[in-house]
Formats: sequence, C-alpha cells, structure tokens
Amino acid sequence: MALYRSHVLVCGGTGCNSSKSDMIRQRFEEKIIEMGLDKEVQVISTGCFGLCEEGPIVVIYPEGAFYSRMKIDRVDRIVEEHLFKGRIVKEYLYEESLDKDKLKSLNEVDFYSKQKRVALRNCGVINPEDISEYIARDGYLALGKVLTEMTPVDVIQVMKDSGLRGRGGGGFHTGLKWGFAAPNQADQKYVICNADEGDPGAFMDRSVLEGDPHAVLEAMAIAGYAIGATKGFIYVRAEYPIAVKRLEIAIGQAKEMGLLGKNIFDSGFDFEIEIRLGAGAFVCGEETALIASIEGQRGMPRNKPPFPAIKGLFGKPTIINNVETLANVPQIIINGADWFRSFGSEKSPGTKVFALGGKINNTGLVEIPMGTTLREVIYDIGGGCPNGKAFKAVQTGGPSGGCITADYIDTKIDFDTLTDLGSMMGSGGMIVMDEDNCMVDIARFFLEFTVEESCGKCTPCREGTKRMLEILDLITQGKATLEDLDKLEKLAINIKNTALCGLGQTAPNPVLSTMRYFREEYEAHVLEKRCPAGVCKSLLSYYITEDCRGCTKCAKQCPVNCIEGSVKKLHIIDQDKCIKCGACMEACPFDSIIIK
Amino acid sequence: MQKAIDIKENTDKFEELLRYIESQDKSQGILMQTLHKAQEIFGYLPIEVQKFISEKTKIPMAEIYGVATFYTQFSLEPKGQYTVGVCMGTACYVKSAQLVLDRLQQELKIKVGETTEDNVFSIQATRCLGCCGLAPVMMIGEDVYGKVDPKDIPNILKNYR
Repeated sequence: MALYRSHVLVCGGTGCNSSKSDMIRQRFEEKIIEMGLDKEVQVISTGCFGLCEEGPIVVIYPEGAFYSRMKIDRVDRIVEEHLFKGRIVKEYLYEESLDKDKLKSLNEVDFYSKQKRVALRNCGVINPEDISEYIARDGYLALGKVLTEMTPVDVIQVMKDSGLRGRGGGGFHTGLKWGFAAPNQADQKYVICNADEGDPGAFMDRSVLEGDPHAVLEAMAIAGYAIGATKGFIYVRAEYPIAVKRLEIAIGQAKEMGLLGKNIFDSGFDFEIEIRLGAGAFVCGEETALIASIEGQRGMPRNKPPFPAIKGLFGKPTIINNVETLANVPQIIINGADWFRSFGSEKSPGTKVFALGGKINNTGLVEIPMGTTLREVIYDIGGGCPNGKAFKAVQTGGPSGGCITADYIDTKIDFDTLTDLGSMMGSGGMIVMDEDNCMVDIARFFLEFTVEESCGKCTPCREGTKRMLEILDLITQGKATLEDLDKLEKLAINIKNTALCGLGQTAPNPVLSTMRYFREEYEAHVLEKRCPAGVCKSLLSYYITEDCRGCTKCAKQCPVNCIEGSVKKLHIIDQDKCIKCGACMEACPFDSIIIK
Repeated sequence: MQKAIDIKENTDKFEELLRYIESQDKSQGILMQTLHKAQEIFGYLPIEVQKFISEKTKIPMAEIYGVATFYTQFSLEPKGQYTVGVCMGTACYVKSAQLVLDRLQQELKIKVGETTEDNVFSIQATRCLGCCGLAPVMMIGEDVYGKVDPKDIPNILKNYR
C-alpha cells in the first residue's frame, strides 16, 4: 500500500455536495498532479463533517487544517502554499480554528469540543467507498467477535445491558426488541434497517449512510445473528441518491470480502442485504407501514399486536431498527455495555445526533451525550441566533414533536425530559426559531404536513387533522373566535388518544405544545387580529411612509393596481384591494414602504 | 387529464421494462421497484404502463393504481423538462421558503404540481433535501441553489430557457 505524507479530506455529504464540493475535489486532484505531488498527497471524499453552515469543508492532515466555505478558485493556492511549501493558508481557515495565529485541533473548536462522536465516529474521517478504511478503524471487528466468541443470547444480553434505545423516535429498548424476535421459531426471519428519514429538518441517518455505510451493514449482520435472521432489507428514501449509491458500493465490497453472504468468518452464518427504495411517504417511517411498503403495497400502518417481532415482513418475525441505532451497535459490542453507559443519562445512555437548523449560526449535525442541556447545544455548539435576534423557541421531534421555550433552555436533553415538556426526541431534528417566527404559523406548517402525509386509514387522523388545519387557517387569517381555540384543543386531545399509529397520535403535538407555551400569541391573532411576529399575511398591511418621493415605481409594479398617486406626490395603497404580494416594497428605491 | 402513450412507438421501453420484471424474484414484493424502474424509463407512469405491469406481474390493476397514487414520488402526469423543487422542510420554512415558492409560482404562472405550457418547468414542493445549512434551498433539475432570495428567481430561471 502506498504511503502518503498528506491527506486532503473533502466533504462529500449532501450539504457540501450541493455547493459543488465534488468539483473542488476534482480541482485538488488535477492541481496535485500538475504540481507532481500525486505520489505524496492523497485526496479523499469523506462523509459529513457536521458543520454544514461552513461548507464546503476541506480538512488537510497531518496538520488538521480546517478550510471552510471553500471555493474552487482557492484550491490552487492551497495546493501551492500548503501542500507544496508547507505553509497553511490562514485566511482560508475556519476562523474559530485559529487561536492567535496558532492552529487549534478540531476537538478544541467550540462546535466540536462538547460533542462525543459514536454514531458519527467515521463520518468525515474515512472514505466511505473504501471498505479497507472502515476495517482500519476496527470495522467488522464486532461482527467477527460476535460470530466467533459469542452466542446469540450473549449478544442480546449485551444490547440489553447497554440500555440502547431506538434513535428513530420511539425510544424503545433495542435489546428488548431483539429479545422478542429471537425465540420465535420460523423458517425465515428478517432484519430491516429503517432509513426512511422523513422528518423535515433531520438528516443524521443520511449522514451515517453517506459517511459510514459499513457500520450499518455490520450492525444488521450482528442483529441477524442475534435473532436468527439471514436476510436484511434497508428501506431508504429515494431522495437520498448519494446514500443509496454508497450503500450499493458497500454491500458489493462486503460481499467480495466475504463479510456478507454465505458462511461469514467460517461460522456457518449466512447474511444477505438488499436495498429497497421508498417513494416519498412520511408514514412509511412507521414500522408496519414500512413493512407494507417493502411488500409492495400502499404504506399504511396496521394495528399492533401482533408486533413485527412475531409477525412482520411477509408474515415472518422481523426486527426494524433505525440507522443511527444500528450505527451504535458495533461500538457497543467492541467496547462493552458499561462503556456505552458511561455517557448519557441513566435512562437514556449513550449519545444522540441532532440536526441543528433554522435560525442558528452553526447549522449542522452534532452528536452529544444525552443529558447535555439545550443551552449548551444552542449557544455553545450552535453559536446562538444570527443577526442578534432573540431566541424564541426550539422545535424538536419534527411533525410529531413540539416547541420548547427559552424558560426551559436548561433542560437536560433525553427521551423522557423532552416528552415531559410536551415535545419529543423524535429522530433528532432541532429547529431554532427567533422572534421573527410566528408560532401559530409554525403549528399550521406542521399540521399541513401531517394532513398531506396522513395515509387515510383511520378517521381521527384523516378527518381530524384536516379540521384542525381549517381552524388554524381561520386563526392565521384573523377570522377565528375564542371558541375555535377551545375546539382546536379538544380535537387535538381526541386525535392524540384515538389515532391508529404513531403519526396520527403525535400529529397534534405541535399545536398542543405551542398552545401551551404561546397561548398569548394565539389570542393576539384571535382577539386583536394581529400577528405579533409579523408573519401571517392576512393580518399584515403595507403602508407608504412620508419618505415617499413619488417616483411611481411601486404603482407600476403593483399587479392589482391598488397604489394611487401622481409623480412627485405621496402614494397611497388601497388596503381593500391590496393582495399583500410585497412587490411594491421590493420596487421602492427609498425603503419607504413598511409592513405593519 | 392523463396523456395517452403510444405503445407502438415505445416498444423499446416496454421491452426494457419487461426484462426488468422478468429478472426480479416475484416472491419478495416487487411492485415498488418495478414502478420506480418504469418511471425511470418512461419519466412517468401512464395508465398503459400500469396495465402492462399488471399483465406481466399478475398484480391486479387496482392494486397497482393504488400504490402508484399513494406515493408522492410516482407521477401519473409527464413532468416538464426541469423540475423546480422548493424545499419545504422545517429549516427552510422558518427561513421563509414559502416566499420563494410564492415568487416562483408567480414567475412561472403555474401552481405546485403543474407544468408550464411550454413543458420546460414543473414546480414541486419537496420534503427536506437535507442541506439545511443552505436554507432556503431550491433545486432545478440536479442543480442546487442555496440561500435563495426570492428577488433572484427571475434571473436564475433565465439560465434554463
């Protein structure tokens, strides 16, 4: 194997890829050949580094120089200066990684220093398309250990002792789940990896699949051995083309090396994995709906019991684990349950990956020990809200979760504390909102999502969420009464108690939690016909101030001709005709049109 | 209205689909992949294609139609040359993705799910595209546009016409 003195790691995750990181990688390769350095320097495309806000990201080792917001035209200089002459190009570095001209290691940068990477340990470190890099990082060691030294019962015991809980949202104990499926006798059992990451604003599963696909394959084989299954399916969103491609490559390489297929490690254990594509249905994240989808049916959930562990895919015992959950498994096997329990809280051991997004400075993926406070995540790691705006709330758990306000920002994050606050962990989306976001509008946004995604099988979800959305529409249009608020709350509680599956039961959460913490905002919409955050269009009006110079630009732009006034005279907007499109405001060269 | 597809003119495509169907293990629930493959070949799922799949797989037409209409990724209508997808994930939404979508609909004079008369653009409100650091995000074909300002949309669209 060739030895290189320097490694250029270019992020190849979806975020950086969208801002042309593949072209940056290409340019590095070209320039390195041009300079005759191709025997000394290797360029690698890795998974996500997590700090998506600063992308595209390039890290050069051994120095650990962290170049952020890379541009193609910066590549040549970095190759010439850094790789050829050995002088780091400081002005291109991520600002935080410099401490008075001295280069800090990545672990000392604020964004990374409070993180603990278990599920994401290989993301941004290895080339996900090369199995030997995974193996060099103890890859498939856990599978070897399981197959040669442990019985299935031992494996399940370790998982139970570790206290690992499902990272997909439910928080169910993984060891228990495996334990239910193991004793069931059947001619065929299945392991399914749920990679149908449908939560808007959550992308940790995609990052694991893109950055460390073998960890998932290895874990699935371990699960297969533990419950006696020889076949696995990965159900992945079709919207994740890079993840699908890397999984296909990984499966091919693992088969070639005999780490999947027949008689793995000469143990007599066989395991095959097949990829199945979803087709854009949020409800397919629910396990029984997912099973129906793999079977080729409409993805509709069914009543439980029987649980999939008894009667799952094609009627056979099946376990379904989420990607991030699986990514923890090989580490637990290698390092032991006690090691895993050494992070996190007692009832929620280990770490959790969160996708930080919305009104926050450091958008990206962070993996923190459970029990870290929201404040640490939002301020220390996330860097707070941009433009000096005030933090208003953080939404966790996506369409099934709720909002948590500034009053609870010192809450230690784990499965149970978030549920107590009327939100939930969900798959780990964390969307930060500032003073400019209207909470009624946010609740309406999530409801619109659930109405669209409701599969239509049970009445509470199909009809109830639609009625809730109608009431929310009235509120945002200033047409609702206080009675409507009561009706909304009652309906929400009814749906929560009666819907068939998790999607329906949690659909009212965004409404209930915003009503609980932001009742005054709802009341302002209803009683004063006012949107305090200035978001709900129907409740806003455009006005022309005294600064108007009468240039007539606004009147020309107005699509409904509702602006009157002659040249060099103050213009006036006819409020009855105005459709609030904002075209006038955009057209005004003197900023004399305001929204009130 | 569904646009009919000429079976004679498209024999190659139907043969390609048939080869795919025959290569699959029928016991393992093949409908989803088959529809994905068909959409890849034809660009959408016209009723003739669904009938063809029904004939060859012996899956009832009602079931195929049910599945094809259940999932948002399957389309029974042909799409424009470019699909303009506006991400409506939460991270983009709180950063005013709705304004981007409004402006786009205004510019192209079509609504979400529709195609322009010259068959160049279709608008789609997509689920999270997973590049939340670039919010609000818009995709035209394979090109990603991050931190989109509604004002820039007319200029961006010009590159495709």
